[in-house]
Amino acid sequence: MEVLKIATAGSVDDGKSTLIGRILYDTKSLTTDKLEAIEKTSKQRGYDYLDFSLATDGLVAEREQGITIDVAHIYFSTKKKSYIIADTPGHLEYTRNMVTGASTSQASIILIDARKGVIEQTNRHFFINNLLRIKDVVVAINKMDLVDYSEEVYNKIKSDFSELMSKRDYQDQKITFIPVSALKGDNVVNKTDKMPWYKGEALLEHLEQLDKADIFNVGTPRFPVQYVIRPKTEDYHDFRGYAGKVYGGDLSIGDDIIVLPSKTRSKIKDIYFYDEKYETASRRSSVTIILENDINVSRGDMIVKENDLPTIDKQFTANVCWMDTDELKPGNKYVVQHGINKVLAKVDRINHKIHPDYSGFEKNVTGLGINDIASVTFKLNKPIFYDQFKNHRTNGSFIIIDSQSNNTVGAGFIQ
Amino acid sequence: MNKDTSHINSLENEAIYIMREVAAQFENPVLLFSGGKDSITLVRLAVKAFYPAKVPFPLMHIDTGHNFPETIEFRDRLVKELGLELIVRNVQDSIDQGKVKEESGRYASRNMLQTTTLLDALEEFKFDAAIGGARRDEEKARAKERIFSVRDDFGQWDEKNQRPELFDMLNGEIDHGQNVRVFPISNWTELDVWSYIEKENIEIPSIYFAHKRKVFLRDGMIWSAEDGVVYRDADEEVIEEMVRFRTVGDMSCTAAVLSDAISISKVVEEIRDSSISERGARIDDKRSEAAMEKRKQQGYF
Ligand SMILES: Nc1nc2c(ncn2[C@@H]2O[C@H](COP(=O)(O)OP(=O)(O)OP(=O)(O)O)[C@@H](O)[C@H]2O)c(=O)[nH]1
Ligand SMILES: [Mg+2]
Repeated sequence: MEVLKIATAGSVDDGKSTLIGRILYDTKSLTTDKLEAIEKTSKQRGYDYLDFSLATDGLVAEREQGITIDVAHIYFSTKKKSYIIADTPGHLEYTRNMVTGASTSQASIILIDARKGVIEQTNRHFFINNLLRIKDVVVAINKMDLVDYSEEVYNKIKSDFSELMSKRDYQDQKITFIPVSALKGDNVVNKTDKMPWYKGEALLEHLEQLDKADIFNVGTPRFPVQYVIRPKTEDYHDFRGYAGKVYGGDLSIGDDIIVLPSKTRSKIKDIYFYDEKYETASRRSSVTIILENDINVSRGDMIVKENDLPTIDKQFTANVCWMDTDELKPGNKYVVQHGINKVLAKVDRINHKIHPDYSGFEKNVTGLGINDIASVTFKLNKPIFYDQFKNHRTNGSFIIIDSQSNNTVGAGFIQ
Repeated sequence: MNKDTSHINSLENEAIYIMREVAAQFENPVLLFSGGKDSITLVRLAVKAFYPAKVPFPLMHIDTGHNFPETIEFRDRLVKELGLELIVRNVQDSIDQGKVKEESGRYASRNMLQTTTLLDALEEFKFDAAIGGARRDEEKARAKERIFSVRDDFGQWDEKNQRPELFDMLNGEIDHGQNVRVFPISNWTELDVWSYIEKENIEIPSIYFAHKRKVFLRDGMIWSAEDGVVYRDADEEVIEEMVRFRTVGDMSCTAAVLSDAISISKVVEEIRDSSISERGARIDDKRSEAAMEKRKQQGYF
């Protein structure tokens, strides 16, 4: 069965949680006990409809305030696909959670409140989706019931949004517009007769037939060594296996490889998954690799194909999403975690910041505040082995850790 | 039927990656083992992650003293067969030491009391990471959980201030005294777990399969009348039914379901068609809508 990971985005109260709840309800994915709980709470609160956001807003504070604070992962399946939907918060201060949800998704749904149209948050969310190179974006124009299912309103929003599209960097992104009412269920799982002017599909119909456009299927094989397996038992006295996950492409027995950073050459001798031997370790499998020669390899090293090296450098420039209340400033020191590899990093300079309304760039920036997105150059205490994000999702991304608080304070996409 | 296992394979690969990150990033991890299907799955994943080396961390069972005897017997056999190290800490000891008070009455359960014993044990052994089998599909507060979930010195979950988790990258940096709860099967559903158990041919305790049991009905749920652990009013009549358990937590809060699924494939079929969620048979979640979140804040799994 195919799995489709989807993130949602949109401003606060645009109806993301309601939409997901509605999908669960209309696909009969809500079990009786969960549905009863929603019915009960909706009734207690005196609503004259079922509040589907209660299906995903799992925290007390969320249900009290009627907003989503933290990402929830929701699972359901149809006959055709399994879905994992990240219900992300629309509130500005929770943008970091939106980035989190989008980072592992193949598709995303940006909601727009039909009454409000394209607003600054829409720009931001679209920009982030484009920056993260999400393949398929659905723009769901929601609450159509509140604008009399008007075609005019829909067309206006569509044309406003199209203006943003012309400015995007990742032009191959596919964008589909769908007018919906999450509350009433129009064009969500089933097509409605209230908007005969709309000739396209309902939201779920659209998702059902998205190609398995695998977001991870770019680039060449990278094998960061996670863990060295040395059983030191009688049966496996000389066993020395390198455990890790293969990213970007396949590795096979006999491949000529180089271990970074030592640049030692070797060949792949064996590939194991548990007690089974394989010819090839396919992309995203967690295998154990054995090399021909007894060379010194440890965690954080990377095994790559001899003729396919990443960039090896002690500095890089990246688009950074800043997620902390303390400012990022030139000269500040952080830990950069690139895959599983941690290095010390110093902010060399902030090249430019994306304008808060995404109209352009701001130069001469002295610091980054929470939710800012900017191009930043870092200097490292030792080299890392990276690819550009646009060529390699995993090997081109990193997180920034504050060594004082240990928190993840930012994420970056190498340019 | 030709079963497509690509989804379950990718979940397995992800979980193995997480297991290895735990072993690499922490000094003293532990795998919390309840004897239930989720923790049995975790053990299987841990074995696969480090093979042919031994699993580089011990298992720990917080025993409420109200476990199904089948679970305990199964636990001890599994540990022995796989050559794993097992630590057991008892809720009864926490009660005897006066740290927690036994609940009484109709809905008495030791489930809540586990938290104290767990936190004490984590401190006793200075564990800095505890691997658990919680899944996001189980319950709406759990749907919010990270894969690496940081707990403060008091074992508490600060649900509104969680670290963002991007891509595969897991940040296990913590201060002294803090610890991390790790959930390698976060993205699995109940059906995924069962499909995996079927695919891997993993042995599980017999109470997961349909069997004849003396039970009684209360609040529309089926309770075990054997072993005398669940409080029963004199007028609550004992009957015999074919039942099985969907979770094997503390006996006092785990209800049975009517079933004639006597094999794994039958269980998988049954779950696929079921209209009640797994935790629908857990009385501890029914106490209030926020029951799970409150317990988690206090350090519960
Ligand atoms: N009339 C109408 N109301 C809607 C629709 N969709 C959502 N709502 C209402 O809008 C309000 C906000 O909905 P939510 O689903 O909580 O919004 P959200 O986007 O998840 O909000 P955050 O998670 O806080 O960002 C609720 O009162 C919903 O009932 C719709 O299609 N029509
Ligand atoms: Mg919401």
